[in-house]
Amino acid sequence: MIIENISRRAFLGAMGAAGLVLVVGCGKRTPPAAAQKYGADSMPHGWVDDPLVFVSIAPDGTVTIVCHRQEMGQGVRTSLPMVVADEMEADWNRVRVRQATADEARFGNQDTDGSRSMRHFYMPMRRCGAAARQMLEQAAAASWGVPVSEVQAVNHEVVHRATNRRIGYGALAEAASRLTVPSRESLRLKTPQQFRYIGKGEVKLVDGHDIVTGRAAYGIDTVLDGMLYAVVARPPVYGGKVASYDAQAALKVPGVVKVVQIPGTPPPSEFHPLGGVAVIAHNTWAAIQGRKALKITWNDGPNASYDSNAYRAAMEQAARAPGELVRNQGDVEGAMKGAAKRVEAEYYIPHMAQAPMEPMAATARIADGRCEVWTSVQAPQVTRQRVADHLKLPFEKVTVNVALLGGGFGRKSKPDYVVEAALLSQAMNGAPVKVTWTREDDIQHGYYHTVSVERLEAGLDEAGKPVAWLHRSVAPSISSTFGPNVTHESPAERGMGLANVPFAIPNLRIENPAVEAHVRIGWYRSVSNIPHAFAIQSFVAELAAAAGRDPKDYLLELLGPARRIDPRTMSDTWNYTESPDLYSFDTGRLRRVIESAALQAGWGRQLPAGQGLGIAAHYSFVTYVAAVVQVAVNEKGDIAIPTIDIAIDSGAHVNPERVRAQAEGACVMGAGNALLSEIGFKAGRALQSNFHDYQVARIDVAPRDIRVHLIDSNFEAPLGGVGEPGVPPIAPALANAIFAATGKRIRSLPIRDQLAGPGPMKAAAASTK
Amino acid sequence: MQLEVNDQLHTFDAQPDTPLLWVLRDILHMTGTKFGCGMALCGACTVHVDGQAVRACITQVSSVAGKKITTIEAMADDPLGKQVQAAWVELGVPHCGYCQPGQIMSAAALLKQTPKPRDADIDQAMSGNICRCGTYTRIRAAIKRVAGVS
Repeated sequence: MIIENISRRAFLGAMGAAGLVLVVGCGKRTPPAAAQKYGADSMPHGWVDDPLVFVSIAPDGTVTIVCHRQEMGQGVRTSLPMVVADEMEADWNRVRVRQATADEARFGNQDTDGSRSMRHFYMPMRRCGAAARQMLEQAAAASWGVPVSEVQAVNHEVVHRATNRRIGYGALAEAASRLTVPSRESLRLKTPQQFRYIGKGEVKLVDGHDIVTGRAAYGIDTVLDGMLYAVVARPPVYGGKVASYDAQAALKVPGVVKVVQIPGTPPPSEFHPLGGVAVIAHNTWAAIQGRKALKITWNDGPNASYDSNAYRAAMEQAARAPGELVRNQGDVEGAMKGAAKRVEAEYYIPHMAQAPMEPMAATARIADGRCEVWTSVQAPQVTRQRVADHLKLPFEKVTVNVALLGGGFGRKSKPDYVVEAALLSQAMNGAPVKVTWTREDDIQHGYYHTVSVERLEAGLDEAGKPVAWLHRSVAPSISSTFGPNVTHESPAERGMGLANVPFAIPNLRIENPAVEAHVRIGWYRSVSNIPHAFAIQSFVAELAAAAGRDPKDYLLELLGPARRIDPRTMSDTWNYTESPDLYSFDTGRLRRVIESAALQAGWGRQLPAGQGLGIAAHYSFVTYVAAVVQVAVNEKGDIAIPTIDIAIDSGAHVNPERVRAQAEGACVMGAGNALLSEIGFKAGRALQSNFHDYQVARIDVAPRDIRVHLIDSNFEAPLGGVGEPGVPPIAPALANAIFAATGKRIRSLPIRDQLAGPGPMKAAAASTK
Repeated sequence: MQLEVNDQLHTFDAQPDTPLLWVLRDILHMTGTKFGCGMALCGACTVHVDGQAVRACITQVSSVAGKKITTIEAMADDPLGKQVQAAWVELGVPHCGYCQPGQIMSAAALLKQTPKPRDADIDQAMSGNICRCGTYTRIRAAIKRVAGVS
């Protein structure tokens, strides 16, 4: 289906203002002013559960459901409308999905990140569907002159059993549209036993057919009459500027129309463009050729000294001295002194680029004092705001149409590329201009995953059990992209597995030494959970080895008995924005995924030489995940992953088929992160440029078999996230498997050829003293 | 310049060294063929030229004049292509779906040449196609389903 965008909606076939007056009394929830807000309530514009906003029915019975969250592969355009359809007893075969334009005041929060679309909108979408169903029932009852209690909506029609009369949704639409939306208190939600689609996993992707036939429209596929095509030469160093440029040769390239400079914003650059010189042409290829012909002198600025090797050394130095206190309990120093054995290790996790397969692209057109853009963004609202800011237009004069995203992974939460398109359309007197980022642009001008040194020290007692735990995490913060003088991880980053360590260790201290950022740091699927989980879950296995214990048993012992921990008692004030009462850290659930993954993987079984199993578990986005990776290392040091068993407890699974799909994807991305991916810098410039040197998982190195084990849960428990939490355990489970297979401990990512080299592999446990 | 795409003859103006990818996308407005890297590293732009899978992003348009070009938009007209697409839908292969036209073009070319591919054949034919969402296990399963192998 071609993505259709809507800017105004009519409910139940009634067009225009008539439907809109019915909004009164429904819609946005206003929580008590003084109350601390959590979850969807805490997000800008919260949530909306109004059927007038989300549902319309045509006279032929076609039900159109609006999806206000952005589709980037997680299946949200299928799963959220499916929830509405289920509650309203709509026949999925007669449902169409329309994509909302950017308008949070109307639709509620649209910022698609943090693994929270289903978590935050499952209940609002259920209420939305239930309200629509009750209005249809009411309209049918009125038309028959029978009490509403005698009729029932069943699969796209309302039935009066006593007289065996039935009437379709299309015929009811007009009358239902004139009814008042039922109050939230009067809604009769289905019981889980009544679900038709929720929890079943049988609904096919709404965009599946269009995707496989090439008809699906992504942002980069936008075509407008008279459209021009642009690429931009951006400063190679973050914060750099154009000193001078010569466009003569570029303008001679056939097809090039114009060369213009666009202004940048000095660091912290937030979502603003980096600036540079744009080449506008009649097709993308001509623009690329024109850009090659540009002669630009750059003024690199202070980040020109950024060098990944030197930076790593500086981070390691910082990690070896005390830093800002994140969490402290007991007396770590004293317990370390009294320990029978001490173990320490440092882990390194490099920058990575999200590299979604659809590079960033946006098309803008300005006419009659209005700007309209077509693009693929995770965050439509801030996109609209920044376009308005840069064009000095009122917010209302900007329309943001969101197409399918060809992957996002956090990169498309930052709409700098959309602002570029708007500025270039402005430079062309409003003509439609599409900006395309080449892969080189993407790899070299990114919002990179942070780079991190994680130092861990533990003191063990005679039995090998930790009595003291010290963790120092050093990593430039995402907050540095948004504000000046940021040198520490934010509460959110600390809440991603750094502060909220659930281990039953009496003496525990976590510190965060200072470090400055020299590139734009941004969200990358799973974010800071990646380095924190890699270090902690590797270190636990290192301790198990030092204690001569089985790593799985040791991990369970560290977790201690099943209990619910208030995140605030672990100095985690963020808790993925969720209520600490509703979403406490349940070590029992973490234990259960560990036991499940281990059982399914046949933990403890004998494997041929060169093979091993590794386990890791991590709680993120209020979901519990454990993975057992099976690895096979040959005599050359080549690494293969025959199997991953991944167990997930994210509460009830609304669309279990897509939960499985996301877990599979997380295993692949996690393996690619661990094995291959790294962005390094020298003289402030990214060293990689395309997929030959910025490597990601391909089919031949990806895990061959991925077995996803969903932990069943009932629909009473609050939902957890799904898109991201599968990633963090994969890298440490792989490193632990490699240790089991070869005796070699991986502490620096990516693994690449660290196992290559002559001679037999030696067992190398963590350094002890 | 003339080009036969999906059994239709197109006449247009373009520099002869323009990659086929940009002719398809920006001049003929056939956007099913995707841009991913521009260096034949990711396979998103895979099309068939006389039945062979090629990367349109490094194929100069002048080099394919007079040849039969098939894109994802015409795969449903090809009996094998249609089977591949059906398997992709049936097994729920796509996540974001952006790379899948290229994956399907590579898979269809593989299955034409090697109707019963082994895992090594699949690795060989498909490792040029990157899927950042990580749908590889289902891609492999879908290819095997069409081939009727396990």
